[in-house]
Amino acid sequence: MTDAVAAAAPTTRATDGRLTTADGKPLKAALARAQARNKRRAFFLVVPLLLFVVVTFLVPIGQMLSMSVNNSAFYSWKDRDTGDTIPLMVDLRGWFNENEPGTEPDEAAYAALAAGLAHARDIKAIGQIGTRINYEVSGTRSLFTGTSRKAERMEPPYKEAILDADEEWADPEIWAAMRSASKAFTLDFYLAALDRTRDADGNIVKVDEERAVYILLFQRTFVLSALITLMTLILGFPIAHLLATLPLRHSNLLMILVLLPFWTSLLVRTTSWIVLLQSQGVVNDLWVASGLIDDGNRLQMIYNRTGTIIAMTHILLPFMVLPLYSVMRPIDPSYVRAARSLGATSWTAFRRVYLPQTVPGIGAGGLLVFILAVGYYITPALVGGSSGQLISNLIAFHMQKSLNWSLAAALASLLLGAVLLLYWLYDRLVGIDNLKLG
Amino acid sequence: MKKTLILTTALIGLAVGASAQELTVMSWGGAYGKSQVEAYHKPFTEETGIKVISVDADNPATPIKAQVEAGNVTVDVADVEYADGVRLCDEGLLEEIDPSILPDGSDGTPAMDDFLPGAVTDCLVTSIVFSTIYAYDSTAFPDNPPSTIADFFDLETYPGKRGLRKGAKANLEMALMADGVAPEEVYGMLETDEGVDRAFAKLDEIKDQVVWWEAGAQPPQLLADGEVAMTTAYNGRIFNAAVGEDQPFVTVFDGQIYEYDGYVIPKGAPNLDLALQFIAFATETEQLAEQAKWISYGPARKSSGPLVGLYQDGKTEMGPHMPTAEDNLKKALASDFEFWADRDTELNERFNAWLAG
Amino acid sequence: MNAPAAKPFVEFDRVQKSYDGETLVVKDLNLQMPKGEFLTMLGPSGSGKTTCLMMLAGFETATHGEIKLDGKPINNIPPHKRGIGMVFQNYALFPHMTVAENLAFPLDVRGEPKSDREARVRMALDMVQMGAFGARRPAQLSGGQRQRVALARALVFEPELVLMDEPLGALDKQLREHMQFEIKHLHERLGITVVYVTHDQTEALTMSDRVAVFNDGRIQQLAPPDELYERPQNSFVAGFIGENNRLEGTVEAIEADKAVVRLKSGEIIDATPVNVTQVGQDTLVSIRPERVEFKPEYFDPGAHTIEAEVLEFIYMGDSFRTRMRVAGHDDFVMKCRNMLGQQRLEPGRKLQISWHPQDARALDPM
Repeated sequence: MTDAVAAAAPTTRATDGRLTTADGKPLKAALARAQARNKRRAFFLVVPLLLFVVVTFLVPIGQMLSMSVNNSAFYSWKDRDTGDTIPLMVDLRGWFNENEPGTEPDEAAYAALAAGLAHARDIKAIGQIGTRINYEVSGTRSLFTGTSRKAERMEPPYKEAILDADEEWADPEIWAAMRSASKAFTLDFYLAALDRTRDADGNIVKVDEERAVYILLFQRTFVLSALITLMTLILGFPIAHLLATLPLRHSNLLMILVLLPFWTSLLVRTTSWIVLLQSQGVVNDLWVASGLIDDGNRLQMIYNRTGTIIAMTHILLPFMVLPLYSVMRPIDPSYVRAARSLGATSWTAFRRVYLPQTVPGIGAGGLLVFILAVGYYITPALVGGSSGQLISNLIAFHMQKSLNWSLAAALASLLLGAVLLLYWLYDRLVGIDNLKLG
Repeated sequence: MKKTLILTTALIGLAVGASAQELTVMSWGGAYGKSQVEAYHKPFTEETGIKVISVDADNPATPIKAQVEAGNVTVDVADVEYADGVRLCDEGLLEEIDPSILPDGSDGTPAMDDFLPGAVTDCLVTSIVFSTIYAYDSTAFPDNPPSTIADFFDLETYPGKRGLRKGAKANLEMALMADGVAPEEVYGMLETDEGVDRAFAKLDEIKDQVVWWEAGAQPPQLLADGEVAMTTAYNGRIFNAAVGEDQPFVTVFDGQIYEYDGYVIPKGAPNLDLALQFIAFATETEQLAEQAKWISYGPARKSSGPLVGLYQDGKTEMGPHMPTAEDNLKKALASDFEFWADRDTELNERFNAWLAG
Repeated sequence: MNAPAAKPFVEFDRVQKSYDGETLVVKDLNLQMPKGEFLTMLGPSGSGKTTCLMMLAGFETATHGEIKLDGKPINNIPPHKRGIGMVFQNYALFPHMTVAENLAFPLDVRGEPKSDREARVRMALDMVQMGAFGARRPAQLSGGQRQRVALARALVFEPELVLMDEPLGALDKQLREHMQFEIKHLHERLGITVVYVTHDQTEALTMSDRVAVFNDGRIQQLAPPDELYERPQNSFVAGFIGENNRLEGTVEAIEADKAVVRLKSGEIIDATPVNVTQVGQDTLVSIRPERVEFKPEYFDPGAHTIEAEVLEFIYMGDSFRTRMRVAGHDDFVMKCRNMLGQQRLEPGRKLQISWHPQDARALDPM
């Protein structure tokens, strides 16, 4: 800009001290206008992805969370022919509202129950109600279906009639469960997911030992996932190092071998492990043929925990190797040479100079493998037998078989919470910006 | 532009028209699925021109329940165990089937008299009687072959892995019978906590040696692979492997649990009328008798009995292989559908905890 | 300086190195270094100089021959037991450690007590004027600062021999010149023996006691800088070190210290015979631009003169460069000091030039 032009636009500072353009408009507004078009265009480009993420990720997670604290099976029924929602157990819910928790059910309560049962039987909602209460108090499904068959023909006094049909109705636990199931918001599924339940007085207690399964499986899932993460690290570290140090034409071939599992279907890989590891499988055959074990003592390496660990370690190995590789590739060999020339043995050079520089890769790979392992489902289902089952298999069981979606949602939410907690811990300890995924 | 629109509309119309003539039937796959395709699906298509699409599931009761609950029903007809049929019906997840659509027997017997007692319910029309038995590989025990249900649980005399279905049903009953409980007392005992404990205690004895199966096609495979020495299975699957494929498998009917199995229509099935038409056709006397040529499950109509002859190989008499043959019923248990309709959830819950522990 | 001390400190004895078993990267290397010497290995890339350094450091093994340190063969001693300090081209400062930790590392792995360590680290940092930077990470330092730290780290454990692999290659010109001076200064102060690898001839000339010029896996010449510059032993060294004018010809007459060479274009010039011994041999005569004279009063009496045509005159500040056509070559350069009354030659002017026969060296033809 020449002096003459600068003089023609003498001031770029308005009276209030803010910068303005040559024709006196605020500079900031002008800048925003100039950029708005580009911003809009950029935004439209990401809109599809944004929508996709909202629809396929955020909404389902929201639904899952809401399902885990809300189950309407006891108080509303969706008529599948008309699509109408019919309220259930109206009178009984009224009675619960009027009476304090812990009140001894009176004749009015039993009358309301009888009416509710008869109505539910009539519209075929009784199975749903029984199943819902059965979540809280085991063995009550038959109580509901059984009593409801007689409910239509019951006459006052209802208390006697119902207790006559089944004296289990006197159990205060059932009444507490029905009260709890009448509410729209409940934490009962989280209690169940932690092997807890409410007793008749509403106190939180452990469930019977023979029904407790979730905490055990959570523990097993985390321990096995940690073990699998460790195995992938031990196996993956040398491979990644080799990949990073070999000349490119050799390392490309090796990289293809490492990535090969990615290009093979999960089922094929898992099934091939079955073929290899089963007691009449290739590995056992080899051992028997070589005389290491005799034919009667073939090793059980599949349909148990060992099978789960072996197959999952293999399947998740690339997720460890790739982040490690991406961290190791740029580490110049001169670092280790420098350490050696400074007097370090090769082990010390590795431990104090090489290893610390790979920490971001170890962290990323470890976190990735652990999170994937915690949620793994197909592989343990196929090769895990009973001792290799993980919490995800029970989530699937409740999603697909028992159809207790609220419990499945509560279990999944706990899993999600645990993973987020882990992520937070990692951030605190290592720093998330140290994460290097590739 | 207009032309394209017309063309598109016509094509869509065609597609819709075509799909209206399709029927989706969900069943158990494997040898059993094949028998249905041969005896029901093919003749049905031949007669009506309606294409039947077969879908397999480990147990069709679970996916159709999930489909109805989710309001996304794609299956028109499903083949389910009797107890599941009753339970799903109770929960309002099935369409009701008017028994008047079922034709009379070929010998003129009215339909409701022709079917075995209780075989037709509000929502289910029974097609077969099948049985859960156990089978072993005869080469594994050449000298002293197992013969009783107790032998299945006897690891000392008969060492080797066992195959069991992953679920409470049938396993608990067999465990009690193996423990010396008479068939007629089994369900009474399972109603009590002590009975359930006793059944699980018996299962504990072999738990370490069990390979769990889920699909009906797995047990013959496990036996053939040598993965297990004996396994529980559906009797027809073992029959087909032994007779049809010459595998050295032997079926033990002692302690068998027999049960009805039949067709249901999930609530909201896309082709309800076709589904009803299909069920009526498939459960006619001739079709039921025809199916018995393919697999050793008993037909649900009395009038089909005399028509059952030889296996498809043309030489094997089917009679002795049926679960309902007199010799096979000496120590047998009729599966109690009411018990399982009511207790399925809670016993499976307990079973899962036991399995994981 | 030419004859090393009786007991060499570093010795390469007939060392050969091959990576693939087919070609030799280092061919028959013999080298002896006295204690305290600053020796530079100079050569184009691929000439084998870095491989020699790596063999000395222990990161490569010699395929044949022996390397001795202080009289002891070190072929089978692992790098960390050789006690040789090394400075790398990219500094190789450990990025996850602070400057002080980097310096403490060699002391730490040697098991020095912590108190001694701190004192020595501080001393080493002060030595390179980096005393205030002990707590920084390498990434927070400038290139020159990193270089100093790398230097301090290689010296902190007081090695008697320090190897430097193109340590100044990544620095800009000004900083490089400054660091050359500092390294030289440290070498003199500490009395250490230094083997320095570079492809920069200026660096080699300014810093070294002796320079080994490498090409094609061999030492072409091993000599102090002045000798290397003024008396190159062959055309490669002459061409690689400094600027020179080359004239091709045939030996017409030869005496002990003087050869008469007939150029291809027919002119006759005088030169000192270096690699020529007989009349009729082909030769390449090398003359430094600053030794070319155009003022007849400075001509050596009796020396031949040769005609030149000025093509270009370049003003360089401290000197003038005059490009001329001589004996058919367009790239003959003459360099004169810019001094009072110095003549500026106009392009197109024709004149006679000459040089002292000592300054023209008749070498082997390329």
